[in-house]
Amino acid sequence: MSTDNKRVKGETVLEIRDLKIEGNSDGVWHPIVKGVDVTLKRGEVLGLIGESGAGKSTIGLAAMGFARPGCRIVGGTIMFDGIDLRKASEAQKRDLWGSRIAYVAQSAAAAFNPAHTLIDQTVETAVRHGIMTREQAEADARDLYKRLQLPKPDTIGDRFPHQVSGGQLQRAMTAMAMACRPDLIIFDEPTTALDVTTQVEVLAAMRDIVEQFNTAAIYITHDLAVVAQMADRIMVLLRGKEVEQAPTRQMLKQPTQDYTKTLWAVRKLAKEESISDDIALRVHNVDASYGGMVKVLDNVTVQLPRGRTVAVVGESGSGKSTLARAITGLLPPMKGEVYFNGKPLPKALKDRDKDTLRRIQMIYQSADTSLNPRQTIRDLIGRPIEFYHGIKGAACDRAVAELLDAIELNESYIDRLPGELSGGQKQRISIARALAAKPEIIICDEVTSALDQIVQEEILTLLMKLQKETNVSYLFITHDIATVRAISDEIVVMHQGKVVQQGPKTKVLNPPYPAYTELLLSSVPEMDPDWLTNLLAKRAKGKVKA
Amino acid sequence: MHPVLRTVLQRLGLGVLTLIVVSVVIFSSLELLPGGYAENILGQGATPETVANFKKELGLDRPAYVRYFEWIGGVAQGDFGASYSGVGGTNKREVAHVIAPRLYNTFFLAILTAIIAVPLSLFLGVMAALYRNSWYDRIVNAVTLTTIAAPEFLIAYLLMLLFALKWKWFPSLSTVGETTPFFEHLYRAALPAITLTLVIVAHMMRMTRAALINLLASPYMEMAKLKGVPAREAIVKHALPNAWAPIATVVAFNLAYLVVGVVIVEVVYVYPGIGQLMVDSVSSRDMPVVQACALIFAATYILLNLSADVVSIITNPRLLHPK
Amino acid sequence: MTAQAPDIRSVRARRTFWENAKRTLASAPFSAWFGMVIILIYAICAIFAPWIAPYGEADVVGKAYLPASAEFWLGTDQIGRDLFSRLIYGARNTIGIALITTMLSFLVGGTLGVLTALMRGWLDQGVSRIVDAFLAIPVLIFSLMLLAVFGKVQFFMEHRWVLLVIILGLLDSTRVFRLARATAMNVVVMDYVESAKLRGENMRWIIFREVLPNILPPLITEFGLRFCFVFLTISALSFLGVGMQPPTADWGSMLAENKTLINFPAVGFPWIRKPFYPAIAIALLTVAINFVVDWVLHKTSGLRDEH
Repeated sequence: MSTDNKRVKGETVLEIRDLKIEGNSDGVWHPIVKGVDVTLKRGEVLGLIGESGAGKSTIGLAAMGFARPGCRIVGGTIMFDGIDLRKASEAQKRDLWGSRIAYVAQSAAAAFNPAHTLIDQTVETAVRHGIMTREQAEADARDLYKRLQLPKPDTIGDRFPHQVSGGQLQRAMTAMAMACRPDLIIFDEPTTALDVTTQVEVLAAMRDIVEQFNTAAIYITHDLAVVAQMADRIMVLLRGKEVEQAPTRQMLKQPTQDYTKTLWAVRKLAKEESISDDIALRVHNVDASYGGMVKVLDNVTVQLPRGRTVAVVGESGSGKSTLARAITGLLPPMKGEVYFNGKPLPKALKDRDKDTLRRIQMIYQSADTSLNPRQTIRDLIGRPIEFYHGIKGAACDRAVAELLDAIELNESYIDRLPGELSGGQKQRISIARALAAKPEIIICDEVTSALDQIVQEEILTLLMKLQKETNVSYLFITHDIATVRAISDEIVVMHQGKVVQQGPKTKVLNPPYPAYTELLLSSVPEMDPDWLTNLLAKRAKGKVKA
Repeated sequence: MHPVLRTVLQRLGLGVLTLIVVSVVIFSSLELLPGGYAENILGQGATPETVANFKKELGLDRPAYVRYFEWIGGVAQGDFGASYSGVGGTNKREVAHVIAPRLYNTFFLAILTAIIAVPLSLFLGVMAALYRNSWYDRIVNAVTLTTIAAPEFLIAYLLMLLFALKWKWFPSLSTVGETTPFFEHLYRAALPAITLTLVIVAHMMRMTRAALINLLASPYMEMAKLKGVPAREAIVKHALPNAWAPIATVVAFNLAYLVVGVVIVEVVYVYPGIGQLMVDSVSSRDMPVVQACALIFAATYILLNLSADVVSIITNPRLLHPK
Repeated sequence: MTAQAPDIRSVRARRTFWENAKRTLASAPFSAWFGMVIILIYAICAIFAPWIAPYGEADVVGKAYLPASAEFWLGTDQIGRDLFSRLIYGARNTIGIALITTMLSFLVGGTLGVLTALMRGWLDQGVSRIVDAFLAIPVLIFSLMLLAVFGKVQFFMEHRWVLLVIILGLLDSTRVFRLARATAMNVVVMDYVESAKLRGENMRWIIFREVLPNILPPLITEFGLRFCFVFLTISALSFLGVGMQPPTADWGSMLAENKTLINFPAVGFPWIRKPFYPAIAIALLTVAINFVVDWVLHKTSGLRDEH
């Protein structure tokens, strides 16, 4: 390649100075990136990390000289290899995009054109920019597929995007970005939509190929452990501003800023495990399906002790949310029983009496969809109080105010609508609504997944505090092992509708593991920057042995 | 069986089923009449014998389902039965003979309109989507919003006033006969066609614009841009293969809309098409003709939607290239 | 760290309904204002027709075809009735009937749509299939046919408007059904509805407290559009001579009655040929409603075009 001689490590590829970007909402422009500097050397990977609204994706795209519709770059300079991207013409940028700067989007399924094959889209840029002939480009694409460990690299390119899995698609998109051997790749949350076990392979493939071609990269994510594997240097962002920046190892060991420390802290939250034999709920040999032949739950048995937390963990499609539906009666089991305080529960929701319904409450993943946007907090929390306990009027308002205190909000919120609250506050309201029924069991379905890490920690702390006060049992459904560690007494591991393992936390999280538990646990990224390297080495050894 | 073929066949089957249901609805609406059709026509003064004779002559004395199957069987062979307008007289007229020339005229008008309107509105809509929020887009948006809201007859009379009465470019009444030569026919149908074009172009271009903007906002179009593909090429290569389905839907929807517009425009310009025939038959309560017209309109409508669905199916990559 | 610190977003002080309405109106573009003013004028004409109109609805007050004058502001029609008075009464008749029809279609279509979305199952399947068949016939064509069938029933001959309301209301309700069902479907799958079911709430609570408040905004804008459609269809039917019957003043039939006058130039101000008065009256109202609906849709759906 003609550009090979330019790839000398140490030379600056990208230099952003005092970048300012504004976003438009309701016709008003307001700042979303407030003066950020980025310097990137050849072959270096910079991790951009921050919570939602930190402006990390916006900065990533700005590094290409691009602003999404509704955003505009208002200040600063963006120098890419001596070219000022803010002053560059559209035609100049087109020449750079795809050939020297490439982009890997979060959702490969949406970013691939459904009407063309993978290889057509992979070679498009190289052929367009006249870097290779079609034949060369195709041969090269197959080589890239192989390097990225895609199955059947010689023929997978002939497939259409909907014909391959999400993890494969994400790797194909990396191949597409690599096609012209760019100087810089922007990875925009490339593994966020993937399951953990899939994520490992994709991360490994991406890291490998970036190293092989000595490409500079910006890796955008909200997941600290992931960025620790990928980045040489980490920049922490908060509301459009840099908080701090340091080489990865130093950043992990000694963060200097308070905000960074709180980001790191969430990983340390852990409940003292406590075992009990007083079983509040027992799911016994339950099968369930959505009308089809496929059993979504296959002979599932789970026990929930009183006043304890059982975490149900599994990847998408494991049946963990279906388990919640079977317990609540929304999806009556085809086989098996659910025992509540030793007595079998009526299978269907409509056969259960009001008091039974009161005792089992549920909190959903997204407060945006689980709180009626047209009801005030008074209505939302007051309704179960009125409905189950017959308390009305001023007494009901007092009860609502008490609950608001319990969830660390206060009565000034009582007349607000959910839309006026932040994500964390809304989830608190959901918790209060569940508590208002004075339940014995609360099923929490991914209640922290949609929240930023710091808010997650607060919600988990609140849930634990409430458990101490009311002795309520939690069935805590999640895909996130860190959350499991933080909150559970016992753990249920589910895979493809079956329970792989149930036991006390310390037992499940420590060897010996059943095969799937080991795969799942070992796939969860850790803050150690050597984690991925070590894991791959270990797995390679295991394979050789086998 | 290939999923595309299977889906198309399913859709065709559904179309046929809908047509059958529609024919039943059209046929049975007459049966709903309280007191029966004959009594209503003849008035309260009619003796039972008169009513019985009348019924017998029209074949109304047999059970409804028998008459339905006779009717639908005839329709399948192009025989719509006899018009009531000649009942009792010697010059009994076949509905098919009444309809045939009218149908030709209406299709003539509709096809003429489609030939002008479809390319025009697709072009205008694509331009508005590509240059959205430009002055061109804004003007087109305001003009079309007004045109959409204006009823067909206002547009028709305005055009008549300007083009026929003031400037005398076209005749104000579009009388044509079976012997009218082709180009003469074209000339006389011009004003109705322009009216219909104005009416549906506004709709069609707004829908095209919306569908295209929707398409252009998809992540893969952003990806194409960030791969350095120029806008024009991105549209041809990345947007167009995915645009057939929405475009077909837009075109079919608007041609179906034409079916309704044609009735009013024909009446305004006294153009002897099937729309005017239907209105006349409604006034004279010539039910076989009304039913035949309704069935033809409904069938056209169903056929248009069916073709749009078939286009969507055969251009859907997920069906074309199954897993 | 306190629990709320990073959690709190600056929460605006609550505004009252009227303050909100004022702010919203202040931000309305010219087209929306224009539309609202026109609708208001029409509403006043329709409600106070007998007090505004100088002459009676069907009174023959002068010679036929009189030009506009101080006595007859817009002149007289083919049998010597005051055109201006008939236009005012026309507002009452045409808008009134269209309004009743639209309400009927929303009552039937809306109720069925919400119910089927909630219950699913065979009721949903059955109603949806029937509606699909009805949707395959254009409303104008279907109503022409039904008018032919029922037009000579004694009761309907005396009360033509009732027939129009029933036919158009029921036919249009299929369109409303589709929208109401689709909108309600989007709401019914929400977790807060499931949450209410889990709480043990009955159907009434779920419909009136959980579902309806959330589907009302789109249904209200749709009401504007359906009204336009019904209004235009009634006018078209009257224009075709099968809708409202003489001597009722109705814009569609007035247009048909005066259509030959297009050949005669108008004398004096405002130089508009007579058939255009009712036609413009119809067009102006639909344009006005469309402007308002366009603005409301733009506001509520967040369907802003990017820059």
